[in-house]
Amino acid sequence: MTMRRLINLKRAEARKIYLTYAVVIIAYIVCQVMSSTKFLSSSMRGMLVPICAYMVMAVSLNLVVGILGELSLGHAGFMSVGAFSGVATAILLQGVIPFAPVRLAIAMIVAAIFAAFAGFVIGIPVLRLKGDYLAIVTLAFGEIIKSILNNFYMGIDSQGIQMSMLSDTTRLLPGGKLIIRGPMGISGIQKIATFPAGAILLIIALMIVFNLVNSRSGRAFMAIRDDRIAAESIGLDITKYKMMAFVMSAALAGAAGALFAMNYSTIVANKFDFNTSILILVFVVLGGQGNMLGGIIAAAVLTILPEKLRSFSEYRMLLYAIVLIVMMLATNNAEIKEFLSRLNPFRRKEED
Amino acid sequence: MKKIFVSALLVLAMSACAFGAAFKIGGTGPLTGGAAIYGTAAMRGAQIAAEEINAMNIDVKFDLRYEDDTHDAEKAVNAYNALKDWGMQISLGSVTSKPAEATAAENFADRIFALTPSASSAAVTEGKDNVFQMCFVDPNQGTASAQYIGEKKLAKKVAVIWKNDDVYSKGVRDTFVENAGKHGLEIVSETAFADGNDTDFSVQLTDAKNKGAELVFLPMYYQPASLILAQAQAMGYAPKWFGIDGMDGILTMEGFDKSLAEGVMLLTPFNADAKDERTQKFVKKYQEKFGEIPNQFAADGYDCVYAYCQALAQSGATPDMSAEDLCGKMIEQFTTMTFNGVTGENVRWAKNGEVTKDPKGMVIKNGAYVGLD
Repeated sequence: MTMRRLINLKRAEARKIYLTYAVVIIAYIVCQVMSSTKFLSSSMRGMLVPICAYMVMAVSLNLVVGILGELSLGHAGFMSVGAFSGVATAILLQGVIPFAPVRLAIAMIVAAIFAAFAGFVIGIPVLRLKGDYLAIVTLAFGEIIKSILNNFYMGIDSQGIQMSMLSDTTRLLPGGKLIIRGPMGISGIQKIATFPAGAILLIIALMIVFNLVNSRSGRAFMAIRDDRIAAESIGLDITKYKMMAFVMSAALAGAAGALFAMNYSTIVANKFDFNTSILILVFVVLGGQGNMLGGIIAAAVLTILPEKLRSFSEYRMLLYAIVLIVMMLATNNAEIKEFLSRLNPFRRKEED
Repeated sequence: MKKIFVSALLVLAMSACAFGAAFKIGGTGPLTGGAAIYGTAAMRGAQIAAEEINAMNIDVKFDLRYEDDTHDAEKAVNAYNALKDWGMQISLGSVTSKPAEATAAENFADRIFALTPSASSAAVTEGKDNVFQMCFVDPNQGTASAQYIGEKKLAKKVAVIWKNDDVYSKGVRDTFVENAGKHGLEIVSETAFADGNDTDFSVQLTDAKNKGAELVFLPMYYQPASLILAQAQAMGYAPKWFGIDGMDGILTMEGFDKSLAEGVMLLTPFNADAKDERTQKFVKKYQEKFGEIPNQFAADGYDCVYAYCQALAQSGATPDMSAEDLCGKMIEQFTTMTFNGVTGENVRWAKNGEVTKDPKGMVIKNGAYVGLD
């Protein structure tokens, strides 16, 4: 982001952006130091990469839900498109690029492109709708993506990449390898996703989203959100701007999916179901719609929370639900909000 | 509160008789959610075995802990890491296939030996020298089922209904279809379903019925199978039913009318009605403690802990050894030893971690499993 543009922003806005970057970078440094000095438990260390992926998902969905003001219930679908295309790319490049971080970066870029394409194709019918209708159709598309991936087979042999649908008719030559195996997903993934890569992806995602939001297009998004008819009357191309936000959001979700998938040795399409979409939506709602830092923190808290509740064994998920309800009520309570804002050191300056 | 107090007492009592020098053994499995019946059964079986061993006058003692993975690979890795923080020395892997694939990769990277009770996909053990299975791999179940149906001349015309977004179902279906011809079976109808459309099976059943299938092969878990049985009865279709180990558990399912499962055959390595002393002792204890007949998963969990007991005793390992040292000793033992348990006699393991033992055919009669032979 150029300095001039930052200066042009309202000071409160700029402060929010700086605060978000600062929190992310400080949290990264603290976790990295604690992790390398073995101060962090295995349990926490194992969650660092998925937390980064969920944070990027929260930022990405926040663009659609918080900034554009449209409810998307199929975001996990883009994550899975990214996960499968990214992992397949990484496997195909295994022999070509031995250096893992480069392979990971290329895989994430490919994943983002595939997911963006999926976002574009889905966006054409979906973005003609609005409100509840749009939400329900995104839900349906999320399920369609899951079904397609569950029935998709892809392998490679000496003649190139072979694909088939419904059942495995790829007929690979000897020495060939089936990469995506329908409901079995992908097995034997090299775990090349790392915490630094996750942090970098998160920062890139934040830069993209903040830049977009504080640009001419971003103001158009918010105008559409706040009053669609007024926005249309001044000549804004509603579909174009909606598509822009939707495709960008899908691309970020795809990259996050690739990062997530490459942290595990195996991935199946069923992982990215309706529940995952809702989980990401919960991050956004809990963190505050349009509030990137809030979504990031909510993603971290809600990923760690179930693990910290393990000592309650079978009452774990019940407690998780109760904590979630309490948090939702608390963050929406005016008195508690007022109390929290009194604790905020930046508060007085904001009133200038 | 009372329950927590009692379990705290139990833990105290267990650790007291272990004199603080016990092998820390941990596993993950679905203890909540749709697949909870498997995780809970495997955990309970392992618990009984650990209690029995701790009460015996031998050097090997166990400190057992199970963590919930809700049948999800991500949660399974979290659960595995929680166990690692606890100080797990040897592992029971994960109960279900996909989570087990994820944790097996961790086991391999951390050099913690794993013996999974029931994760049956071939990818669990593939390429890992320290991950072993107590149950058959999925492909073997399909081959064995085709062989069993063919040899016992149960049917000629067979229908297959399978779940095409499930690793387990697909693994078995693939080898069954591949081997059916060899054993004189003709597959007249093959239909699939998936997550989300797994409540109405009229299309699949009508297809099987119209094409004259005498036997319907159901390579799936018991939940969809229970609906298939109910809907077949409603439409007046009564073929022979043949399931695999995932069908085990159908009788203990809440709200299921047991008469529907009358005559269902399944291939599973464990038979709660077997007359040998070892099985009867285990079944009796399980019933006393949990009020139900143990299924195959419970038996697998039970056998895993006993197999560990035998291997640890033979190798002379002590609880103060590191996980990595134990891993080396266990690989050596498991590739050479022969084990007798409730899921089979003369159980042996190949170097790749796969198990060899004879499957048993069972049939459901009067609401209980009875041996077929």
